[in-house]
Amino acid sequence: MTTFTIPDFTLPQVLKRLGPRLPQLPPTLVLVGALNAAMSKRLGNLLPRDLLEPMIGKRVTIRVLDAGMTLRFAYGERGFRPSFETTPADLTMSARSRDFLALLLREEDPDTLFFSRRLLMEGDTDLGLLVKNTLDGIDLPRLDPAQLVARLSPAELLNRFVARLAQRAVPHH
Amino acid sequence: MSAKLELVCPAGGLPALKTAVDHGADCVYAGFRDETNARNFNGLNFDDKALAEGVKYAHDRSARVLIALNTFPQASNWSRWTAAVDRAAGHGVDAVILADMGLMDYAANKHPNLRLHLSVQGSATNYEAINFYRERFGIQRAVLPRVLSLAQVEQVIQNTPVEIEIFGFGGLCVMVEGRCALSAYATGTSPNCQGACSPGKSVRWEQTPQGMETRLNGILIDKFADGERAGYPTLCKGRFEVDDETYYAIEEPTSLNTIEMLPELMRIGVRAIKIEGRQRSPAYVAQVTQVWREAIDSCQRDAAHFAPKAGWMAELNKVSEGQSHTLGAYYRPWK
Ligand code: SF4
Repeated sequence: MTTFTIPDFTLPQVLKRLGPRLPQLPPTLVLVGALNAAMSKRLGNLLPRDLLEPMIGKRVTIRVLDAGMTLRFAYGERGFRPSFETTPADLTMSARSRDFLALLLREEDPDTLFFSRRLLMEGDTDLGLLVKNTLDGIDLPRLDPAQLVARLSPAELLNRFVARLAQRAVPHH
Repeated sequence: MSAKLELVCPAGGLPALKTAVDHGADCVYAGFRDETNARNFNGLNFDDKALAEGVKYAHDRSARVLIALNTFPQASNWSRWTAAVDRAAGHGVDAVILADMGLMDYAANKHPNLRLHLSVQGSATNYEAINFYRERFGIQRAVLPRVLSLAQVEQVIQNTPVEIEIFGFGGLCVMVEGRCALSAYATGTSPNCQGACSPGKSVRWEQTPQGMETRLNGILIDKFADGERAGYPTLCKGRFEVDDETYYAIEEPTSLNTIEMLPELMRIGVRAIKIEGRQRSPAYVAQVTQVWREAIDSCQRDAAHFAPKAGWMAELNKVSEGQSHTLGAYYRPWK
């Protein structure tokens, strides 16, 4: 049972104005890297690939409202990747950073946030349900949390992404 | 006071099941990943591997697992439901919750040792019906539809040996348990046969300058002003224009919460309290199970001085649908 709960906070207004002017790619890469890592064998196929099949070819946008951040990514046969298209995604989820964090740590239920209007889900609702239920179905306690945190650290993920890019850049004969 | 009052909690997945057990659920109810249960949503529910682990986890901690097979098979897909009964029995679950009479007959004959619960979808509201299910199929528990007043619940309990389970908390499916046709009318998918009311594929939310709009298969069913609490996208809880007035013409989005009635429920001999919400996340299961465990324990210790704590109510209101909570039909003066 957790005793720590995330306090209610909103990032300072200045970030909301500043956020959109900052490059959105690094945080997107971190997110995409985390999701791909979660699908890897090394992390015990935390994110089950077969369940994500309906997501192939779909684009998702995450809007972190108080950070003024918009993270766009897509899912394909090869996993998650950043998306550079600006037309509306198949699914758009908007919330404050505090609430996204609470969702991630399983402190808040998405329906609860939805009822109190702190989470907005636009686009393909079925896709949203799939994402939500798949994340909810991941049995985290089986993993050693310390190990998980180390493997999912932004630096490690960025490293791995860059390494993958480099790999792909090598011409194949 | 009669036998112990059990707390029956929802699990849409393995983490929710473990959470419920960890927070004090006596029983957890769950379903398979298809239309054999009434929460057939994308990505939700159990495959065989998850259920095997869930049953073991629960049993190791003296909790029980109930499998809801509470939708109605049709002639063309009958075998999917009977296979689900076999699967549940094979996993050694503690009971199956059934609504369909044919399926009940199958389960009773094929698995005589499998405990049978009559689902709320079976819509048995009087003791004659419940006793018939007992004589014919040997059911051991019935979940009462949320339409009876407390006096009526008491009358049922006094006239049947079958254990009675009632809904204590959660979203209200207001009408004709298991027989509502609203979702089928708007989307072609019914909770009774396909296991989903207002399926995700038919739901669209959109933030507009006038507020957040909810559409069901293209039909505008509600619009929420900024900051106004929202509800589930079901037709029964939409706002409609009737005689030039736009309002919740069928039912307001509100949640059932019977915590203050606990002493009464124990006195009349209710055997189990069901918490709604297999579609919810482990966070909800943790919050609600914890509060109800504390409340039931407190009431069991000293019913005469039982009073719901403000903190419990605040926690429960926080996770509830809509603006308010209600005692539902239980506290209705008319019958
Ligand atoms: S429309 Fe409302 S009453 Fe009908 S099945 Fe759905 S939730 Fe229940």
